[in-house]
Amino acid sequence: MEVIRQGGVAGSLPTHPGDAKTDLRIRQLRARDLLSGDLDGAELERHVQESILTTTLDKAVGWARGNAMFPATFGLACCAIEMMSIVAARVDVARFGFEAFRASPRQADLLILSGRVSIKMAPVVRRIWDQMLEPKWAIAMGACSSSMGVFNNYAIVPADKFMPVSVHVPGCPPRPEALMHGILKLRQQIVSGPDESWRARYQAIGTEELVAIEGPKDEGGGA
Amino acid sequence: MSTTGYDYRQVEDSITMAPLARQLSENLHDELLTLNFGPHHPATHGVLRLLVTLEGEVVRDLRPMIGYVHTGIEKTAEDKSYWKVIPVVERMDYLAYYFNAYAYVGAVETLLDLEVPPRARYLRVIHMELNRIMSHLVWLGTSCLDLGAISMFWYCFRERERIMDLFEQSSGQRMHTRYFQVGGVMEDIPRGFAEKLRQFIAVMPERVDQYEAILDRNEIVVQRLRHVCPLEADKLMELGVTGPLLRAAGVPWDLRKQAPYCSYEDFDFKVPVGGIGDNYDRFLVRIREMRQSVAIIEQALDGLPEGPWMTDDRKVALPPRHELATSMEALIHHFKLVTEGFRVPPGEVYFPIESPRGELGCFVRSDGSSKPARVHMRDPSFVNLQATGPMVQDAYIADMIATLAALDPVLGGIDR
Amino acid sequence: MPDATGLELLAQELRAADAESVVSTTHFRGKGTIEIAPAAVRATLQRLRERGFHFLCSVHGVDYHPEEPRLGVHYELLDMEKVDRLTVKLRVPVDAPEVESVTPDWPTADHQEREVYDMFGVVFEGHPDLRRILMPEDYEGHPQRRDFPIGGEPVLFTLDEARGTQYTR
Repeated sequence: MEVIRQGGVAGSLPTHPGDAKTDLRIRQLRARDLLSGDLDGAELERHVQESILTTTLDKAVGWARGNAMFPATFGLACCAIEMMSIVAARVDVARFGFEAFRASPRQADLLILSGRVSIKMAPVVRRIWDQMLEPKWAIAMGACSSSMGVFNNYAIVPADKFMPVSVHVPGCPPRPEALMHGILKLRQQIVSGPDESWRARYQAIGTEELVAIEGPKDEGGGA
Repeated sequence: MSTTGYDYRQVEDSITMAPLARQLSENLHDELLTLNFGPHHPATHGVLRLLVTLEGEVVRDLRPMIGYVHTGIEKTAEDKSYWKVIPVVERMDYLAYYFNAYAYVGAVETLLDLEVPPRARYLRVIHMELNRIMSHLVWLGTSCLDLGAISMFWYCFRERERIMDLFEQSSGQRMHTRYFQVGGVMEDIPRGFAEKLRQFIAVMPERVDQYEAILDRNEIVVQRLRHVCPLEADKLMELGVTGPLLRAAGVPWDLRKQAPYCSYEDFDFKVPVGGIGDNYDRFLVRIREMRQSVAIIEQALDGLPEGPWMTDDRKVALPPRHELATSMEALIHHFKLVTEGFRVPPGEVYFPIESPRGELGCFVRSDGSSKPARVHMRDPSFVNLQATGPMVQDAYIADMIATLAALDPVLGGIDR
Repeated sequence: MPDATGLELLAQELRAADAESVVSTTHFRGKGTIEIAPAAVRATLQRLRERGFHFLCSVHGVDYHPEEPRLGVHYELLDMEKVDRLTVKLRVPVDAPEVESVTPDWPTADHQEREVYDMFGVVFEGHPDLRRILMPEDYEGHPQRRDFPIGGEPVLFTLDEARGTQYTR
């Protein structure tokens, strides 16, 4: 079998966006364009932002955040048992600094939606999510909270319908190792990415809660 | 958000607590405070919402509000063929999945008048008793967590991992294994399962000894649980309570002994029965039950008969794959079973078994087609929850938490 | 389980006490079922209690659509001394779904009758607190009736979404 290596210009083009090496490549190209005066407008601003904001301080903050996450105790159904398993000794989540499960959402920054969200529970979950302080992340654990899961019926709501979710972990229930993989993926996102609130990450238009007031009609955000 | 005019705050305000109004005591300092516990609360076992009326720290009234994990499983089951209902129904009481599956599969086998081969029955018993131990371990770990004894949590989950390994070996999944099928079990146990099970049986009794050593005479446990929230046996029976709660109150009612099913009559085991039915008895009954389950597993493993693990009735069970290459009939059966599923003669049946929480009954109504017309699980936690109010009457809040732990409610079964 | 003759004797006793109460009896797979008239449910259960069936295991609803009368309520009784089980069932039409509640005599029926009300719409008269128990309080409809749609989200696969295929369950 012959291995064909792409050389020349084609070989230097980024092929996998999101890859660390590729991001570096993109930044190098932009820096080259900046110096030659080819970048302007929004691209220029973005490049400046990126090259300034991913400073050592930001990296340090991201590292600190990612290594000391406080998950909220939010066990809904069967996935909660596997979530308890990651706290247990075999798949030990304390190795990564996550063992302090906080009962109060005000003190937590990670919501692991473990289990099926029924329509009666959805407003409660939303309220708890709203009570959490920025920056906050959510993991939809299991098939039921990510999509409808095994039960595609009148009583279940997929979590994406009412709250933004950063990582979806498939499985029914996902093995503790699978949940760990999801958590570590999220941790990688937090540690490496610049800090954006979930609204900016999701361009979450219309997820603010609007209370109707008397007077001229204000635009209601899409539900 | 209010495009439909539905404001959840308004609705919640409209729920009146007028029925809870009680006479205030003569002492004007004692007011009744209605407190809302949950549905998100670290001490509830699942999303249980309690409306507790307190006078100081004493509970005067308790109203459980459920439905926060209602998944419409029974409705979903009507939409699927009998075979496909098994994984759906397993997810009801998510700590006792083999029992859910067995109640349903037993009901369908009763409707079909199907005989299950003895090896399959013994394998079912082994897996069900392992599941019973696992359920009691999770209960023990989380209950002690509620009491504040976190060490038990680690120990119990360490044991639970061993049982999960066994389940993974026999069926490939840790939870919700879909191992029980109509007519037998999915597959024979693999090589190495028996040895690993024997190692587990050898280790488990001394682990139970360790749990008893930590808990039985522990001063804090005794003070928190002894003579706390007892309820008499006849009140419990009026409320329909079964399982370890009833046995802790002194009634030796265990369906495995009284109305044996699935060859439980072949095994020699004791049924732990408590004295006065307080929280301490409820704890002890379950810990002792773990030991008895180990005895059952050992007897089942020693006496495991040879033979098929699935019924021969090709109208119900899939033919083995090597037959598909040679027999036309087998191919047709396989095709019909996989696409449409087997048809069950019309009838209604109620099949009760003894799950770790009490009597788990499965009601199946069939109308002759390949999908069930009604599947209903009489879940023990759903009925046992009604006893919470009478139990914690005039007890402290901390005792209420401990009682809720000793009640072992699993919200998946309660809400279905 | 009372065998077939025992079941007939039991039905005869109930008929002797109240002529219209027993509609039919069935003995299927070793277990007896007595169908009674809805008006006689509380009295019948009391009589059966005197005969030894002290334990009410389960109260659950069934929708017999399209047969009429559509809504059925089943009561599973248990005699602990003789280890006997008996099913008592009754059927009510959808337009007149009132059944007398047995909660005053059997406290275990409290939540279970609420569930039958919630899922099927059978109204239990005399129940201390008949509200929805599993669905939200303001939900409309009775989900487990056979003509209630199962609901759910359409499963949209990425390829179909990209192609713009109109995809439904």
